[in-house]
Amino acid sequence: MAFTGTRRDYGLLGLDAKAAVENGLASAKWYSCPIGRKELKEFMRRSDGPALRDTALWFGLLAFSGGAGVALWGSWWAVLPFAVYGVLYGSASDSRWHECGHGTAFKTRWMNDVLYNVASFMVFREPTIWRWSHTRHHTDTVIVGLDPEFNVMRPADVLAILLNVFAFKNVVLGFKQLVLHASGRVDAEEATFIPDMERPKVFRTARIWLALFALVVLACVLTHSVLPAMLIGLPTMYGAWLQLLFGLTQHAGLDEDVLDHRLNSRTVMMNPVFRFLYWNMNYHIEHHMFPMVPYHALPRLHEVIKHDCPKPYPSLYAAFAEIIPAVLRQAKDPTYFVRRELPSRAKPLDLQPAGPGMVAAE
Amino acid sequence: MAWVRACATDEIDEEDVARFDQGDRTFAIYHSPEDAFYATDGLCTHQAIHLADGLVMDHTIECPKHNGRFDYRDGKALGAPVCVNLRTYPVKVEDGVVLVDVG
Ligand code: FES
Repeated sequence: MAFTGTRRDYGLLGLDAKAAVENGLASAKWYSCPIGRKELKEFMRRSDGPALRDTALWFGLLAFSGGAGVALWGSWWAVLPFAVYGVLYGSASDSRWHECGHGTAFKTRWMNDVLYNVASFMVFREPTIWRWSHTRHHTDTVIVGLDPEFNVMRPADVLAILLNVFAFKNVVLGFKQLVLHASGRVDAEEATFIPDMERPKVFRTARIWLALFALVVLACVLTHSVLPAMLIGLPTMYGAWLQLLFGLTQHAGLDEDVLDHRLNSRTVMMNPVFRFLYWNMNYHIEHHMFPMVPYHALPRLHEVIKHDCPKPYPSLYAAFAEIIPAVLRQAKDPTYFVRRELPSRAKPLDLQPAGPGMVAAE
Repeated sequence: MAWVRACATDEIDEEDVARFDQGDRTFAIYHSPEDAFYATDGLCTHQAIHLADGLVMDHTIECPKHNGRFDYRDGKALGAPVCVNLRTYPVKVEDGVVLVDVG
């Protein structure tokens, strides 16, 4: 049954965007857990070592699984290595894109920039566009009408979420935008967060990417095989499912329009394999509150501020035991959200969010 | 020229930054790894977040909000999301005191 009640306007040019600005939710001051400058400085300290090690391991695993896939191509056994390759390519690239976009993975700037561009291509996010959209996501996290990176809008569109198990929606919309950018234009929403001086970079990269995809198609035609695309391009889709699982834990089902990351983000405990693939973004409250802390220091930061945060979810399973029913309910009732309990000794939120800017359905 | 006292030299660790307010103006004072001092406007040119909460690495200051970076010696913005340079101010040290020419 289609939802027929009031509907919020998540568009960056919509009525809720205006309401959010009027209500003081734009570029607002957010709650921050108390932590001493000296201690925070220790956590923020950068180094190249952890990311060099992890990146070497990541590319090593990509080469190994991809090589095994090529060697076994033509037999059903190839499914196994390609399943691994796909997750490494289409899901692990998300966290590399993210961390390098913040410039926190490596101490050395060019290393962040190189890996950022490679991972952007793998996860199919145009690097300049997404750098700016993620900047906005950090300014206005889960604020309706301002955040361009909403996990799940309300009423929840379950079909759209399912389509992204294999990144269908992302890739189809992404290609549409890529063609637009290659033609030298950005759309009206993108124009709200991408400064003029950055646009030539957007157009240039879009053209390079289209050329790269054309080369992959050409390789497929020349070899009469889909194998080249199995290695470059398609894994963005067939390996995207884990990225979706991880990504949904960040904010789905939680409150909107609240200036406290403890209430709109989740920290979820994960096993070391998941933490390698996700580069510790499971510590999501910590990341949003202190985006200058590199991924490898987030577990230590968690220990220091956890007394001031809601209880972390003990596993991915526990997080989804909450997310699935919450999202299904939000499909029918967009006013529903999971209210996170702050521990009794936590500092309360002293910044009052403004009221919701509900707008009538058309 | 309007030299004003910002702080004592030992109030800022090496490779760190501190906030200095004067009237309704706010500045960031930097102590570089080679023991020199610098001063810039306090607020990031991207979204007016105070840089004194940021991270100093060698000669760059990283903004705490979106990790935008500036070279604090000349205020140069080092890439997205910071596109506008930071204003810098002359600094001198006398008798263990950091003085800033706030102009
Ligand atoms: S406010 Fe400084 S980089 Fe955005």
